[in-house]
Amino acid sequence: MLCSIQSYAMRDTRSEIRPKLGIRLWLCGGWLFCLVLGALFAPWISPQDPLAQDLFAARLPPFWVAGSEPGFWLGTDSLGRDVLSRMLHGARLALIVAFIAGTLTCLIGSTLGIFAGYYQGWADRVISRFIDIWMAFPPVLFAILLIAVIGTGMTSIIIAIIIIDWTRFTRVVRAETMSQSVMDYIASAQVAGRGKFSTMVSEILPNLLPTIVVLLSLEMGIAVIVEAILSFVNLSISTDSPTWGGMIAEGRISIHQAWWVLVFPLIALFLTVLSFSQFGEGLKDRFDPVLR
Amino acid sequence: MMYEVRDLQLSLPDMVRKPLLGPAPKIDILKGISFDLPKKSVLGIVGGSGSGKSTLGRTMVRLLEPSAGHIKFDGQDVSHMGEEKLRPLRRRFQMIFQDPMSSLNPRQRIGRIIAAPLELHGWDNVAQRAIEALVMVGLPESFAKRYPHELSGGQRQRVGIARAIALQPEFILADEIVSGLDVSSQAQVLILLEDLVRELDLTLAFVSHDLSVVRRLCDQVIVMREGLIVENAPTATLFTSPQDDYTKELLAAIPLPDPDQPFN
Amino acid sequence: MIAYLSIRNLSVSLSNGPEILRSISLDVDAGEVHGLVGESGAGKSIIGKSVLGILPRAMGITSGEIWLDGVNLLSLSVAQRRRRIGALAALIPQDPLTALNPSRRIGPQITRRLVGILGWSKSAAQARALELLKEVHIENPEHVMRSYPHELSGGMRQRVLIASAFAAEPKLIIADEPTTALDVTVQKQILRLVGEMQARHRTALLFVTHDLGVVSKVCDHLSVLYAGMIVEKSQMRSFFAAPSHPYSRALLAASPKYDDLSGGLVPVPQAVIDQLDGEITAFDKGSRT
Repeated sequence: MLCSIQSYAMRDTRSEIRPKLGIRLWLCGGWLFCLVLGALFAPWISPQDPLAQDLFAARLPPFWVAGSEPGFWLGTDSLGRDVLSRMLHGARLALIVAFIAGTLTCLIGSTLGIFAGYYQGWADRVISRFIDIWMAFPPVLFAILLIAVIGTGMTSIIIAIIIIDWTRFTRVVRAETMSQSVMDYIASAQVAGRGKFSTMVSEILPNLLPTIVVLLSLEMGIAVIVEAILSFVNLSISTDSPTWGGMIAEGRISIHQAWWVLVFPLIALFLTVLSFSQFGEGLKDRFDPVLR
Repeated sequence: MMYEVRDLQLSLPDMVRKPLLGPAPKIDILKGISFDLPKKSVLGIVGGSGSGKSTLGRTMVRLLEPSAGHIKFDGQDVSHMGEEKLRPLRRRFQMIFQDPMSSLNPRQRIGRIIAAPLELHGWDNVAQRAIEALVMVGLPESFAKRYPHELSGGQRQRVGIARAIALQPEFILADEIVSGLDVSSQAQVLILLEDLVRELDLTLAFVSHDLSVVRRLCDQVIVMREGLIVENAPTATLFTSPQDDYTKELLAAIPLPDPDQPFN
Repeated sequence: MIAYLSIRNLSVSLSNGPEILRSISLDVDAGEVHGLVGESGAGKSIIGKSVLGILPRAMGITSGEIWLDGVNLLSLSVAQRRRRIGALAALIPQDPLTALNPSRRIGPQITRRLVGILGWSKSAAQARALELLKEVHIENPEHVMRSYPHELSGGMRQRVLIASAFAAEPKLIIADEPTTALDVTVQKQILRLVGEMQARHRTALLFVTHDLGVVSKVCDHLSVLYAGMIVEKSQMRSFFAAPSHPYSRALLAASPKYDDLSGGLVPVPQAVIDQLDGEITAFDKGSRT
């Protein structure tokens, strides 16, 4: 019956092109992968005990500088503890905080954002006003205050990060949801008879994912920084477990005698935060069907 | 009758003139529209921007709820029906949107876009039916695996048509579906629609700002201006002896590809 | 004697290879309107953009000459070219909404070019803007000068843009689908206005459009484009009397004609497209050897 229509059927002329993974994704992914491995196997691959003090081996320089000793690749700090071993153990805490705090912040913030942006009305008004009030607090001071009240420890750091940063997700996701809600494909889902909640999950959410992925990776980097800042002011975990922020704080004191105690954790911190943010961007560029 | 529309009115809050506190003032978009649309006929709804033609269309498929008046679809009053009660009816009236880019979810494949409504109404073999719909609108089966941005404007609009006809509706609203297309894709899409209307026994409402594309397709034309119907006539009558001044003005403003057309 | 705007063998391609324009040549003299017709992707807007030096970043001119007022623009340095184009040419854009800065009043948006680039005094520019707004039949021009773009209708905005294009007395205007976003009744007024302004100022006008109906109302000559190639170049009346290329005939047949129930809305036949693709392949082969 449809011969008249098929007579001007179109031809499919596209050839399948798979884009390359990209140097950026490789570099960032590579660094993060090494870091995860290092953190996972820290107790086995660390050349020294990260807590062992040896005042006779204090302030040993890294291996390429004269006066270094084998086994202490990146030197030792003023108490004679091995910098590399401490960094590997510090990575554990940094990554655990990054993944757990980042994911939880993302889940809480994005959920509030998508509800506010899609249902609007009173849900939006309550959430938006709450954000406005929340953002008027200075975040880091707020976190320090919080930890002073609920005490130090990993859970406190994670809660502090969530409390500081959920608004970042909520604001961005809400705005993005609102701009997607006025698109005709939402009206089209309604014409097809799809319910409101189902439209939100199956039509809007996939279009938010690229934004959420980028925000999440950024947030993981931020979590690493916040953790470092809190360690720097000595509000992280107990003082004897090694953290990057704690190492930077200690290194600051002896910067003129032993720069390596400060510089190596700083480089690790920098590379990790950069890699997280670039990794998210790279993932989006690679896997978002609209950009491919 | 497919549709009986009586004294339909719609006003929306005007956010531009909303005061800082308190509700926004209302602006009347539709100011009392009445007409009948018989089954298996094709109705053109024509007017300039701001005439309310798209709003009228969206109210007919109940994307909007009227402020006053009645819409009867196949004898049932749908003017204020809740979304739950509407759901089984929704399969029977479908819509094709103006902007085929924004009406196709950019992160779903074409096959999924067409199949999702079928799944929603509990049909089986949805993937197969989606491909049949693609073939009916003249697109190759392989397009089911593509994303909307990989298609041209005319192809996207065909996908929009495929999605609407896949549910085997009785009524389709086509909202300015060719206004963004080139003349040759325009012609292809219009002819496709013409064929589908005939072969699937569809009732069609065709909203357009352009009277020239209406003539070939429609049996009857409504001309709208500022929320009111200024003329409602069979197509032939409207084009040969327009009654209202605005209709005459619209007709005279269409530039024909003819240097001798009086145009001043 | 060389035409006011003379484009010779202009080729443009994307930086990664594909050709956008294939050796385009056309002349537009002062007081003349030349229509560029084609479907989207035919490259009709790209011609205007090449002349104005506003090609998208990914595109580049690979060969050819663009003579404007006796000087080959492509032989000038970037700064010289920009100055010359700024003084001699102007653009009427397609979308009257995005072409105006939403956060500035209309007045400064018209006078900006006069004061900034041509060094007019502020009061002279102001007076000129008022005069122009009157010329494009805007009643109450003082009020419009003080308005923001969102306070004006689409037709009004397009009038403002036309006034602004003519502000510096350019000798060449490029109109890029100036009426596509407008209602037919407004389109009619704007077309009439463009014609009137063009005749009064004796500018050369390059009119880009996809609508053959519009061409028949404003153009003296026209070029039909397909895939970056001019398939037919003709005087307007003789074109509509007897288009010579099959693609031109097909485009004409595809245009809606409300006055003729049997005619209009015929899709371009596959045979014509195959023929065009053949011509392009032949051209690409010829240009490579």
